[in-house]
Amino acid sequence: MRIEINGEPRELDGDPSLDELLDRLELNSRQVAVEVNLHLIPRDQHASHRLSEGDELEIVTLTGGG
Amino acid sequence: MTMASDTRSSSDENRLQLGSHTLASRLVVGTGKYDTLQRMQESLEASGAQCVTVAVRRERLYDARGKNILDYLDPQRYLLLPNTAGCYNEQDALRTARMGREILLGLENPGADWVKLEVLGDSKTLLPDPIATLRATEQLVKEGFQVLCYTSDDPVTARRLKEAGATAVMPAGSPIGSGQGILNPNNLRIILEYLKARDPDYPVIVDAGVGTASDVAVAMELGVDGVLLNTAIADAESPVLMAESMRLAVRAGRLAFLAGRIPKRLYATASSPEVGTISRRPR
Repeated sequence: MRIEINGEPRELDGDPSLDELLDRLELNSRQVAVEVNLHLIPRDQHASHRLSEGDELEIVTLTGGG
Repeated sequence: MTMASDTRSSSDENRLQLGSHTLASRLVVGTGKYDTLQRMQESLEASGAQCVTVAVRRERLYDARGKNILDYLDPQRYLLLPNTAGCYNEQDALRTARMGREILLGLENPGADWVKLEVLGDSKTLLPDPIATLRATEQLVKEGFQVLCYTSDDPVTARRLKEAGATAVMPAGSPIGSGQGILNPNNLRIILEYLKARDPDYPVIVDAGVGTASDVAVAMELGVDGVLLNTAIADAESPVLMAESMRLAVRAGRLAFLAGRIPKRLYATASSPEVGTISRRPR
């Protein structure tokens, strides 16, 4: 399955949930926020939200800023 | 003369109420631009700030796991203020604010209920887009955010943002990162007059443009409630020393404001008694 994460194409095996994707990416789900197709998916829905072909994801975290 | 004999209280000299948050310092500092996260950590410590701003950015998915700012910024110790820096339209600012809230909820940081709203109009000056800022403020207030608005020093815009429900209005002293200080103190005076009339506790924060400690003191002496800065510390030759000077400047400026400065006069007034001198005055 082909999706896009942070503007870059990515091939995924199966149709993982957001939780599973974050695990595969070795990201700490408490330190990120995830949008799918411009909609924020709250953390408590990560386990139930399954990804689909063509989904566009933003995965963001905190960084230094003023 | 002791402080206790003064009629004006100095008990609020450090405490800053911003919406539902009470801060132990009137200085809010950014976490960007530091050479190293270690240096950032030391500088935040020296600044005495309790509240620090952070930005929301894409995860770097292909790097080896580098250091994360959260390894150096304890969310139990600091109240985080997520910003929408780098957003050039209302929609992106709203998305960024919501994502910042989501991350802070994950960190169980009380800053999850507020945002420093920046909607920029121009990448060269980093001046705010006042119309997009106003619209985004209205929407975020509806969504339950406490909105701290970065804006220009235009008094009418400041008033409109307050009317839209902003928790605090944060005019720039001069362009972001420029270090030019307070370019138009008269506009800040008018903003303070407009926003604090019948509402003296309404917070006005100078956000951006500060270059050094005297700029902070000037802002505080005008009567603003606090100062938010980043570059002036992070890009100083010694960030830790500059952070310490900013901590003192915010306090010095606040005390001077509370003390009530003397009016400026064209001519001198002698400090020593004018009678009993052995010298004859010139005609």
